[in-house]
Formats: sequence, structure tokens, C-alpha cells
Amino acid sequence: MESQLADVLMLSRIQFAANISFHILFPTITIALAWFLVYFKVRHEISGHPVWMRIYRFWVKVFALSFALGVVSGITMSFQFGTNWPGFMEKVGNIAGPLLGYEVLTAFFMEATFLGIMLFGSQRVPSWVHTLSTFLVAIGTSLSAFWIIALNSWMHTPDGFEMIDGVAHPLSWWDIIFNASMPYRLTHMMIASGLTAAFLIAGLSAYRLLKGDQKLAPRKAMSAGIVVAALLIPVQIFVGDLHGLNTFEHQPQKVAAMEGVWETERGAPLLLFAWPDETTRSNAFEVGVPGLASLILTHDLNGEIPGLNEFEEEGHPPVKPLFFGFRVMVGLGLLMLAVSWVSVWLLWRRGNVPVWMQRVLVGMTFSGWVATLAGWYVTEIGRQPWLVSGVLRTADAVTTVPGAQVGLSLTLYLVTYAVLLFAYLQTLFYMARKSVEVEEFERHGDVDLDELEARVSGQSDNATPEEAR
Amino acid sequence: MNLTDWLPEIFLVLMGLAVLIYAVLDGFDLGVGLLLPMDNEPQRSQMIASIGPFWDANETWLVLAVGILLIAFPEAHSLVLREMYLPAAFLLIGLILRGVSFDFRAKAITGHRRLWDYTFKAGSLISSMTLGYMLGRYVLAFQPGLVAQAFAVLSAVCVTAAFAYIGGAWLVMKAEGDLQIRAAYWSRRAGWVAAIGIAAISIMNPLVSADVAERWLSMPAVFLLIPIPLVCLLLVVLVDQYLKQVPTRNDVGCWFPFVAVALLFVLSFLGLAYSFFPYVVPGQLTAAESASATASLQFIGVGVAIVLPLILAYTAFAYRVFWGKSTELKYY
Repeated sequence: MESQLADVLMLSRIQFAANISFHILFPTITIALAWFLVYFKVRHEISGHPVWMRIYRFWVKVFALSFALGVVSGITMSFQFGTNWPGFMEKVGNIAGPLLGYEVLTAFFMEATFLGIMLFGSQRVPSWVHTLSTFLVAIGTSLSAFWIIALNSWMHTPDGFEMIDGVAHPLSWWDIIFNASMPYRLTHMMIASGLTAAFLIAGLSAYRLLKGDQKLAPRKAMSAGIVVAALLIPVQIFVGDLHGLNTFEHQPQKVAAMEGVWETERGAPLLLFAWPDETTRSNAFEVGVPGLASLILTHDLNGEIPGLNEFEEEGHPPVKPLFFGFRVMVGLGLLMLAVSWVSVWLLWRRGNVPVWMQRVLVGMTFSGWVATLAGWYVTEIGRQPWLVSGVLRTADAVTTVPGAQVGLSLTLYLVTYAVLLFAYLQTLFYMARKSVEVEEFERHGDVDLDELEARVSGQSDNATPEEAR
Repeated sequence: MNLTDWLPEIFLVLMGLAVLIYAVLDGFDLGVGLLLPMDNEPQRSQMIASIGPFWDANETWLVLAVGILLIAFPEAHSLVLREMYLPAAFLLIGLILRGVSFDFRAKAITGHRRLWDYTFKAGSLISSMTLGYMLGRYVLAFQPGLVAQAFAVLSAVCVTAAFAYIGGAWLVMKAEGDLQIRAAYWSRRAGWVAAIGIAAISIMNPLVSADVAERWLSMPAVFLLIPIPLVCLLLVVLVDQYLKQVPTRNDVGCWFPFVAVALLFVLSFLGLAYSFFPYVVPGQLTAAESASATASLQFIGVGVAIVLPLILAYTAFAYRVFWGKSTELKYY
């Protein structure tokens, strides 16, 4: 019985991790891409230059596809609480419920409804209503992030509640929503989304250029992506540091695992590499900069960092995923800094981005995804063994559904997600390649891409544009 | 007694409203998905174009319904989803497949389009069947045994037919020419199955549940309630007669089947609601028993009171924007 429960716990954790990892990929793109679309549309409104509308049209398709994947995987999330983690809602439902409810009410409906007008309505409504719809979709996606981050942060640093008969009851909604880690996490995530979208735009546009696209649209879009990335990345590094300090104050065990600190020490080194070993409770192959971790976290070369051994009794998170996850995130952040700044410099000095740099940008297309996932793994695994810090342990919230059922559902989800992710990536690059050819005709005027494609393919069922020509 | 004491019941009504709106709205677009003709690509594109701007917002009503169950009745939420763990997983897979196919088919490598259309149809079928199955399980409060399972399967078939029924009616309203005629034919056939299903469920429900029988068959309730099945029957016959005439001259009354079938949905829903109110899980948990803390309900209640009318307003606006016969879908 004991091992059966352990299996269900492990399977449920893997299932939740798989669902939320798959899900977060798409909001990470759409939250910021929505604002990019607002920018493109407004530029078009102001200048009347058709290139902005072409950029808009290409990226609104990417947005629609990403949004659809985000919506359907998000619905899965809303069921997961009940199917796999009934203990969560039974214990903290009074807090979590309304926050999730406000997300549905204020964000979901708005974005879903105006998305219809944004995607298909521009011929049916005045231009300003269409721009407004785009704007409302952007507001909706950001509001969604606000409520979800509020709840997630509350699980890390719960505040504003009291426990009555083992159930959390709200005392102050202000303290619940704006809990200690919420402003940092929200800012960090919003900028992460900005960087993810910026590198996606730059990367896919560079891909188009490499495929021989001579038009203005991909160059303009690539520049926009590069510049936004270059502006955001230093801010992100600064905010990330603040977020780390906040974590150090409220969840020191998480930071100890991130830094691989076992024994409480003064003047702790910043480890560039090490192999943390939980059986010996020490690190092998340490390479570090003396005193730097203490300096970063306490602003004192000799500052004290509490070690993992202090938390052995209460339980602390597994060390390896945090230690390496953190290094992947920071490493990618530094790479983003280098790539975006060199690109901007090249753009500024030479007026274009040379082919080698375009290749680098293509390679960086999904760097935002990897960094975001790594960051989320650090913070979420770093909360273990708690589901809600100090209030509810993960193991106490899991379902009593038989393990075989969870195993079956997990398999179904994994297969579906693998297929969809593959199809998504394939479709993005296919769309980019297609736009290289089809939009070529556009120079004669502001011709609609789909109409043109339909004309080329002769309205037939399976003929590709290539075959028809 | 003040408003606060009624909060659990208010939220139960809200949840019911969300379920009803979901059944009508996602009902028609799942129905359109079910009906996709695999022998005719232009018609498939036309059909999908007719639901393109709406499906996403329609699906959100399901999130709201489950959300209210989660927020207002966490205990019932856990119980329901624990009992229906696997059906819920299948429902979600179905909704995922349906939702993504819509976008993939529009952008995919052209040779893959047919595959995504199959996925679209399969996703709609899986979703409709599991929704119906879950409804059947829920109505009988998850009783074990062969009879209860058979009831749930019947419900799965009936709900799927009902979705095809309203989906076809939607197309009669939104399409023209051959597709409209085909849609009328489909809708008519599905309507018969749905009507038989509704009748069977209405008869079986009081037979298997003494409480439901008591509510419907006691005096004088029976006289007040008798119009409900009669109106349902009338609607089915009228819709059937109308669909037989499609295409009508000047397309007169093309909206009638859709409105009538939607009304049929409303009446069926009211029938179920009357059978079970104020239970959240029939015969097991009432709204008051499983409600979450008053402070939480108040906090979210304020939001609902402000936002829900707004949602209804801009949903109406979106339907108005895409009013009339659907045109080819273009991304702008």
C-alpha cells in the first residue's frame, strides 16, 4: 500500500510537471508576442506602411497557433487540481480557488473572445476596433499571468491567511495576492516572456533571410526582436538578482541547493561547476570563485549562507536539478546578453546583421523556452517537499486514484504532447519557408497572403503552391 | 436570511448557467466537428470557417463551469474528478486534438491538411462521447453496476447526437447551397437519435432514482411539469418539419432550427436541474454542505457580479461582428 501510494505520487508529479512544462511554453510566447503585435499594428496605423501589416499578419498566425496550444493545455491544467491533487483544493481551496476564478473571469473570456475578432474580424470591424481587440487580447494574456503568478507565489511565500481546523481561510486578499515573492516573480516572468518572444521573432526572421527572403518584413521584424532582447536582458539580469535575494530571505534552503552549499559557511564561493552528491552530502569537482556567492547574496564577501544540512530534518529540495537548472538559466541569460548586444552593435555599425550572426540567431530561436523552463524547474522543485511552503506537503495532497489509471493518463498526455510539439515546430518553420515564396508577389500592392495562396493553388484540395505553379 | 446565506445556491445556479451555455455553444461547434464530411474538402473548410471565431471562447465556458466547481465546491470537485479520472483525461485529450487541429489545418503543410481534419473529427467525437458519458455517470451519482454503465453509454450516444443536431442546425443558419441542404439532412437524422435519447433518459431517470420520481410525479407538481416534455416534443417535430423543407425560399427562417434546438437544450437542462437542485453531486452533496469559506465566495462573487455581464456583452458583440452567413476565413 505504501509503495502503491508512492507510485501514484511520483506518477502524478511527473504528469503535473509534463502538463505544466508543455503548457508554459505557449503562454511564454503569447504573453509578449501579443504586445509585439500591438506594436506592429500601431506602427501600421501611424505610418500606413504596408510592411508593418505584413509583419503583423505573419506573426498573428504564429500567435494563433501558439495561443490554441496554450488554451488546450491550459484546460488540462484546470482539471489537474481535482484529478490528481484533491488535497490541494481541500486544504487551501479558499485561497487558490478565487485566484484561479479571477483568471478565468478577467482574462480567459476577454482574450478568447477578442481573439476571434483579432484573427478574423479586420474586414468586419473598423480598423481601430481591430487594434483595440489586439490590445485587449494583450491585456488578457498579461492579466492571466498576473493571477497565476499571484497564486504560484503564494504557494512559495504564503501570507494573509489563518488556519482553522486544518483549512486555510483568507484574512487579507491584498496580502494574499501581493505576497512577499509575487512582485519579483511576476516581473521576472514577464521579462522572460519578452525575451522568449524577442528571440523567437529574431530567430524565425533570420531563418527567412537565410532562406533567401529579400523582403523588408523579415529584416524589420528581426531588428525589432534584437533590439527588444538587447533592452530587456540587462533588466532581466538585474531583476533576477533581486528575485534571488528575495528567495534567499524567504526560502534559504532553495538558494543553498542552487549554490550547492552543504554546510553553513562564510565567504562562500560562486561555483561555476561542481557535482553535488546527496549521499556524501558534499560536492565533487568544485570550480568556483572565492567569496562571490556570499557577495552576491549578502553584499558582503564574508557574508553567511545557511547550508543544506541546516534543513535536513524538515526536508530540503533535491540538489542536482536546482544546481544545474540554475546554471543553465544563468548561462543562457549571459549568452542572450552577448548575442543581442553584438547583433545590435552590428546593426548599428554596419546597418545589417551578417550571415554568421543570422545563423547564431536561428540557433537561439528557442533559447527563451529553455531558460524559462530551467528557471521554473529551479523555483518549483526548490519548493519541495512542500506544495505550499510550511502549510501543505506535496505527498499529503495527492489523489487516491489507482496508479494504473494515472499511468495510463500520463502515457496519453506524453504521446499527445510529443506529437503536438513536433507538429508545432515543423509548422513554424514551414510557415516561415512558405512566406519566403508566397509573399514575393506582394510588391505590387497590399495583396492578401491567403487569397494569393488560394489563387496559386487553384482552390484544389491537395495541390501545394509548388505543384500548381 | 440575507444574501450571504444564499451564496452556495447562487454559485450552484451560476455553475448550472455556465454548463448550459457551454452545452449550447461548444455543443454546436463540437457538432460541426462531428459532421465534417471526409469526402468534400471545400465543405469542410466552410464548416470550420463558420466556427472559427467562436470555438475558443465557447470552450472557456467549460473552464468557468469547472472553475466554479473548484472554487465554490472544492469537496465536490475532488469527488467528481476522482470518480471520473479516466473520462476526464479522455475528454481533455479530445478537446486538445480538436482545438489544435483547427489551427494546424489552416497552416500545416498542405498535404497534411486531411490528416488534421481527421484529427478534428476524432477530437470532436471523443469530447462529445466523454461529455455524454460523464453526464450519465454524474446523473446516477457514480453508482456501480452494469445498469448505471449502460445508462452512461446511452447518455454518451444521446449527447453526441444532440451536438450533431445543434451543429447541423447551426450550419443551416450559417451556410448556403449544397452544404446547407446536407446540414439539414444531417441535423434531421441526429435529431431523431437525440430525441429518442432524451425520452429514454427522462423515463429512466425517475425509474432508477426514487428521489427524482418523487419530485416529478407527486401532485400537483406533475401538472406544472407536464408542459416541459410536451414542448420538447413539439420543438422536435417542428424542427424536423422545417429541416425537411430546406432550402426554403429566400432562406426564410434559417435561424429557426438553431434557436429551437437551443431551446430544447435549455428545457432538458431545466429538467435535470429541477431533478437535482440543490445537490452538487446528486443524492450525496448539497451546495451548502460542500461550499467553501464565505469570505472566499464573497470575494469571487464581487468579481462575478461585475465581470459576468461584461463577458455576456462582449460575447454578444463578437457574435454580432460575425453575424450572417459565414465567409471564408482569413487571417489579418
